[in-house]
Amino acid sequence: MLVGVLCSRIRIEEKLLFEALKAQGMAYEKLDDRTLIFDLHDPAPFRKYDLILERAINHSRAQYALHMLNNWGIKTVNTAHTAHVCGDKLLTTQALRQHNLPVPRNLVAFTPESALDAIEQLGYPVVLKPCVGSWGRLVAKINDRQAAEAVLEHKQILGSYHHSIYYIQEYVDKPGYDIRSFVVGDETICAIYRTSDHWITNTALGGKASNCPVTPEIDALSRAAAKAVGGGMLAVDLLETPDGLWVNEVNYTMEFRNSIDTTGVDIPRKMVEYIRQEASA
Amino acid sequence: MTSCPECEADVPVDNDLETGEIILCEECGAELEVISEDPLELALAPDEEEDWGE
Repeated sequence: MLVGVLCSRIRIEEKLLFEALKAQGMAYEKLDDRTLIFDLHDPAPFRKYDLILERAINHSRAQYALHMLNNWGIKTVNTAHTAHVCGDKLLTTQALRQHNLPVPRNLVAFTPESALDAIEQLGYPVVLKPCVGSWGRLVAKINDRQAAEAVLEHKQILGSYHHSIYYIQEYVDKPGYDIRSFVVGDETICAIYRTSDHWITNTALGGKASNCPVTPEIDALSRAAAKAVGGGMLAVDLLETPDGLWVNEVNYTMEFRNSIDTTGVDIPRKMVEYIRQEASA
Repeated sequence: MTSCPECEADVPVDNDLETGEIILCEECGAELEVISEDPLELALAPDEEEDWGE
């Protein structure tokens, strides 16, 4: 069995996955997305792989590469469909809603003027997020009209075209933490609390990870969210609210360095077992 | 041991470095990418791009 690993920057996660692949006797080759050339008329260079594991750090490269590979019938984890849905918060929310899963209220607008109207409809504070983005980057909590006007003007003047798609989310007053669960296939393998004094709890911004027992509610909601976005290996971000758990986001190239010792679960081993299963299917 | 392409300080390196891996120069703080394992070569790592993430 030969696995291709689509990647460029080798993070701790990729090194752990390489070790897990070796430990399970699975051969792999790195496919650096900075040097790859795809001939749309000739998939032959990629046919030798039983499966390609997507670990690219650039969403746009991952998305196009997966589309080409899947269109050629080459198996990938995750699939182009899952990457497409998870890589865009608007599409993620829509997929979750289509499956009747609980999410924060979201409004979408296309101009600064209509975005301001939408923000005032939701009521302050609100959260403005770029549809494509990660690690809490460019996420803004807007507390009043003056802040809204300022941020919207900045986005209009400084932003690239996709910043003119205004994805506006109800602010959820978290209890100082959110929950990240890890779904591999049809199993919620573990979960962590991400705790921070800041309203953004991403561990990339300093949120602290601690073990979160996988309750039946976390398990059911995480698996349902993973299924809603197309399934695969996914990190599901959950918010604890007085009305129960809500799904906030789903990440398709999950980072897990802070969650192995924390949960006691060998996440890369579980991932490689799933890769083997999918490659053999 | 190799040297930082930004400040030329000595950079201690592990034996298990992978091409594509990022290390920090403790002297100047630059992020360095391993662009070759044998011989070991380091270059300044690419800046974070807008669509980077998980």
